[in-house]
Amino acid sequence: MVKKYLSRFYAFLVYLFLYMPIFLLILFSFNDSRYGGRWQGFTFKWYTELFSDGSIMESLYTTIIVAVVASIVSTIIGTVSAIAINNMTPKKKAILTNLSYIPMVNPDIVIGISLLSFFSILNFKLGYVTLILAHITFNIPYVIFAVLPKLQQLNPNIEEAALDLGATPLQAFFKVILPEIMPGIVTGSLLAFTLSLDDFIVSFFTTGSGVSTLSIKVYSMTKRGISPKINALSSLMFIAVLALMLILQLRDTKNNSQNNNV
Amino acid sequence: MNKKNILAVPYVLWAILFTIVPLFIVLLYSFTKRDSFGGMIFSFTFDNYKMFFEPIYLNVLWRSLRLSLYSTIACFVIGYPMAYIISKSDIKKQSLMIMLFVLPLWTNFLLRTYAWMVVLREQGALNEILLFLGIIDEPLQMLYTNGAVIMGMVYNFLPFMVLPIYSVLSKIDKSLLEAAQDLGANSFSTFIKVIFPLSFPGVASGILMVFMPAISTFVISDLLGGGQTILLGNLIQNQFMMARNWQFGSAISMIMMVMIVISMGYLTKHSSKEGGTGLW
Repeated sequence: MVKKYLSRFYAFLVYLFLYMPIFLLILFSFNDSRYGGRWQGFTFKWYTELFSDGSIMESLYTTIIVAVVASIVSTIIGTVSAIAINNMTPKKKAILTNLSYIPMVNPDIVIGISLLSFFSILNFKLGYVTLILAHITFNIPYVIFAVLPKLQQLNPNIEEAALDLGATPLQAFFKVILPEIMPGIVTGSLLAFTLSLDDFIVSFFTTGSGVSTLSIKVYSMTKRGISPKINALSSLMFIAVLALMLILQLRDTKNNSQNNNV
Repeated sequence: MNKKNILAVPYVLWAILFTIVPLFIVLLYSFTKRDSFGGMIFSFTFDNYKMFFEPIYLNVLWRSLRLSLYSTIACFVIGYPMAYIISKSDIKKQSLMIMLFVLPLWTNFLLRTYAWMVVLREQGALNEILLFLGIIDEPLQMLYTNGAVIMGMVYNFLPFMVLPIYSVLSKIDKSLLEAAQDLGANSFSTFIKVIFPLSFPGVASGILMVFMPAISTFVISDLLGGGQTILLGNLIQNQFMMARNWQFGSAISMIMMVMIVISMGYLTKHSSKEGGTGLW
């Protein structure tokens, strides 16, 4: 019994450590003081001012545009190559999976500086395009490794059955394979989207002047104190993510209970 | 020849163009000379690597290794019991507890680290609380110390230790534990002789997933170490963005990558010997 309470208390402390800074961030978004730290009274003004702050809004748009484009492109390339990898001989499969591990095990800073060197040797202008190319590069492997397990679980006969019944390979793919591997694709694209959204290090090295994502904006603010407007924005984003996670969780448990009933 | 192989072509081209070629350029930079404007001169040299062995840079390497080792150990000490507690909870609670570990990763990493600046600084929340409780008489210098950097690393990377250990612990065959108990082992020796060795692949992967970002970070040391704590990552960032000595920056990156590959090889070898499943 004591052991049970002890482990509960321990878990509580660890979660407190994890969430305290996040609660503080949310708290400061309601604090009526320009420079956080001390509580000066409750206000909503940072939330209203947030939407009229041009430079924050612009970096929010940049972040979202980069994340959307990068996750769509990497989901398509990643899914298509997962299908190819799944059908390869073991030797080729090993080569390609190892190739995909490189961006995953490479420290972000090395990805960042290597792409920076590459773009500058080619005299590529740093900005939106380089940012998106860089994000696609680190996203693709995550999509591949999200889709690949679903393909491996797939019964190979169903594709043949579809083909025998007269479907063209394309029809077989869209009507039979795609719906089966959809959960993996959704997971992969969500993963890619959030990785893009949160990335700072690779973006820091691959963006040019005038184009900044939220993370870059925050970094430039850290030295002289972050505006509570940023706290307000991140509180909103945190709530949005929380809601999304809860919806996904609820859908999961619903599906599970339905499966159990059958 | 399988027709589906063609589908891999876009990705292979992409990976060669945006992963392999850039890494080769870094390798190339690290062995070439620098002209007075920072450009590359094609002549082979070891100078960039030699420069790294000057005491001032070796100090940075030593500090990086030390701080990332400390934070990896701290993550293990805090994270293992946590992963164990989660794996012992009811199945229903487990997914919630894991979700609570993933959730902070979805808020901006810079903001979470910045929040610690607010907590740790001289007029910050922690000092105020300690003063209020009468534990200290005057504010402690907590921000801009090595301790603050280690704490920032532990805070940011703890989930990377807990998740892989949990996933291995939750897959351990319960009948093995029953067998150990039937054979007379108490819960402590069951843990030491059965559970812990079986969880080693998860531990190895956790160590790697903490150590790697810790040794290469420049943000945490920049914000919480405040320029006093220069790590390898800061050095690289500095060479690329400020000093514009890309040749030296590339050499440091190559050294860092070699260290990571060596520790990865070592851990993979050990984890597969003990547990069987691969590292990733």
